[in-house]
Amino acid sequence: MFEAFDAIVLARAQFAFTVSFHFIFPSFSIGLASYLAVLEALWLWTGRQIYLDLFKYWLKIFALAFGMGVVSGIVMAYQFGTNWAAFSDKAGPVIGPLMAYEVLTAFFLEAGFLGVMLFGMNRVGRTLHFVATLAVAVGTFISAFWILSANSWMHTPAGFAMNAGGQFVPVDWLAVIFNPSFPYRLVHTVFGAYLTTALVVGAVGAWHLLRAKSDKGGANDGARVMFSMAMGMITVVAPLQIFAGDQHGLNTLEHQPVKVMAMEGHFKSYPDGAPLILFGWPDQAAAKTLYAVEIPKASSLILKHSLDAPLKGLDSVDRKEWPPVAIVFWAFRVMVGMGMLMLALAAFSLLARARRRLYDWPLLHRFALAMGPAGFVAVIAGWVTTEVGRQPYTVHGLLRTADSASRLDAPAVAASLLAFVIVYFVVFGAGTFYILKLMSHPPHRGELGPNRGEPVRAAGITPSPAVAEKLATGGEA
Amino acid sequence: MPFTLDLPIFFAFIIAFAIYAYVVMDGFDLGIGILFPMIPAGRERDSAMNSIAPVWDGNETWLVLGGGGLLAAFPLAYGVIFSALYAPIIAMLLALVFRGVAFEFRWRDPAHRPYWDVAFNLGSVVATLAQGIILGALLQGIAVQDRGYAGGWFDWLTPFSLMVGVSLVFGYGLLGATWLIMKSEGTLQERCYRLAFRLGIAVILAMAVVSAWTPFLREAYWLRWFAWPQVLFTAQVPLLVVIATAIFFVSLQRQHHYTPFLMALALFTLGLAGLGVSLYPYVVPPSVSIWDAAAPNVSLKFMLPGVLVMVPIILAYTAYSYWVFRGKTGHEGYH
Repeated sequence: MFEAFDAIVLARAQFAFTVSFHFIFPSFSIGLASYLAVLEALWLWTGRQIYLDLFKYWLKIFALAFGMGVVSGIVMAYQFGTNWAAFSDKAGPVIGPLMAYEVLTAFFLEAGFLGVMLFGMNRVGRTLHFVATLAVAVGTFISAFWILSANSWMHTPAGFAMNAGGQFVPVDWLAVIFNPSFPYRLVHTVFGAYLTTALVVGAVGAWHLLRAKSDKGGANDGARVMFSMAMGMITVVAPLQIFAGDQHGLNTLEHQPVKVMAMEGHFKSYPDGAPLILFGWPDQAAAKTLYAVEIPKASSLILKHSLDAPLKGLDSVDRKEWPPVAIVFWAFRVMVGMGMLMLALAAFSLLARARRRLYDWPLLHRFALAMGPAGFVAVIAGWVTTEVGRQPYTVHGLLRTADSASRLDAPAVAASLLAFVIVYFVVFGAGTFYILKLMSHPPHRGELGPNRGEPVRAAGITPSPAVAEKLATGGEA
Repeated sequence: MPFTLDLPIFFAFIIAFAIYAYVVMDGFDLGIGILFPMIPAGRERDSAMNSIAPVWDGNETWLVLGGGGLLAAFPLAYGVIFSALYAPIIAMLLALVFRGVAFEFRWRDPAHRPYWDVAFNLGSVVATLAQGIILGALLQGIAVQDRGYAGGWFDWLTPFSLMVGVSLVFGYGLLGATWLIMKSEGTLQERCYRLAFRLGIAVILAMAVVSAWTPFLREAYWLRWFAWPQVLFTAQVPLLVVIATAIFFVSLQRQHHYTPFLMALALFTLGLAGLGVSLYPYVVPPSVSIWDAAAPNVSLKFMLPGVLVMVPIILAYTAYSYWVFRGKTGHEGYH
């Protein structure tokens, strides 16, 4: 019994580790693919060289991030079978087809046009190349649609029946796909991806604005354009995201109230108005939140829009239904904290824009630079909040995590977990280093794309105007 | 209903097709990784890499379709096979991580290029070996009880599965060498003609050994291949192998550009057809049939339009992407 428990904890650790690592890349590449499509559209529309330079600058980074997303994603497609065979057998008839549709409608679209997007500018011409960029951007969105539908179904299962073999059998596919938490989760996650990308682009722009001693001859133009675009994006999306997050929270309260109890740190029920616990230390064994700093009745106000509305706590359900409260409580606070900082950055940038100091206010640039990784932190923290909050179930309320795992021995899972940790840190550590190295160079005029190794492009680091022009027009070499 | 399509059989063919597409397409780019030590660093290696850089990602997507499709259409088989073959599956995934990132990293970091080239080579070899072992282990059978794997952790490791693993390394190497004959010229192409000749011999020998060994694994396989009168049908497979082999060596002799690759493809097609003949109607031999493992019909029906509409579209734009990057690589002025 003890050994079986151990193997499940290890399998959960392995899944959490690999999915968190994997999720970093799509949350960046979903937004970046859209940003690249916007840059290329602006270039085609205005004909301005700077948009093409920025396009090629970010395309090189996209190639690295996308490659890492693909290889870490293949791992996910197989891990349901290797470590969660019972879950696959039981829930496969419902979530399997959703994932199959993701592969059929999104992965092939992205992979099929990625080659053209990265290497094909000189071979297919501008219009078809733009079509390829759009196809990749749309593909990332379709992929998010299906995988979040499958994930949401595990939180708020709908449209199914059970058969004699204990399998979930779909009855109404529309109810399965558009299950109650799906629209909220989709909007919240896609906004999160856009914010993540905008924060990274803004940080890179800020870094080069801080470093540039002068912008003689427009050397700084690329950094200015990307910084301005990123700050504009954050200004629009950060407030929308906070609203979307609030709506998602209310949806969770309706369908998974226990998760919200854990997020709030409410061990006991409050019949006449629950306090908002800002900070504290949830003690699962003692069933109370220690050192709580709280605002009376504020939680009822947020969740029920009334100061005196009663709110149930974890004492209203069996302990066997509790998720690990401290993890959910703290992950939620990290996410919300990041969101507030993003809102502050948005407000600061708006002020700077109003005073026409967007490009020469070092404090703003330092703030934006520090916020570069904030999107990743928020996305991972949000993911932990919702996924750990679903415990102890894989399919909420219906299939326990303990009943979902493969019959594996602890040593086998421990060995594979160790291998994943080592390989991922080496490989994705190197990848992150290469991305940072690319980002440390400012975008310059006549920026080269990811093409390489072909003589036509061996024109040196700063190509002659004629070569730059040829690259810019995408003409035949 | 006047006409009923046997959905589990239809989806078994779809999954088989995805695996086939994966094996032949990722086969040649894994093969280039396998041959990397035989290709000198510098221009030749870069040219070999350029020939697959735009398409490898699409090729690997078929592996995701194979895995994801198995989960969707045969969830029981998906869980049983992958947990039974835990070690080789994890090894394959980690190896694919290494070789996948090496495509980008070796360009980004010339100072450490030799290290990423080693990662690309080892990743390709280990991934291929693991895939072969997975095939071999599946063919020799997996113990199942109460809808779960019931064997030990090293059941997959046998002389037979290792033999299939090594055979696949030769096979992918052959696909890689013949692909490069098609996509390169000059010294690299000459080198690949020589490699293809040696690998061709190795592949034929390996195919002979695996084919002769398989009927002895289970009586069912023996009957499937040699019982009268179906031997008249099954005997066509080895016959066609002999014909394809003859054409292959003649085309190498005459230095054809395309025929060696096409004949390598033909050999793979026949090898996989032979695998299908042995396995049918089981998806996890010896006890779980296609129908036992299939998802409920309502799940399969939901995927049917997706498969019928999307697979032809996918094939069309995959073909387009190959067309865009047609011709010899690494040289200026081709189209």
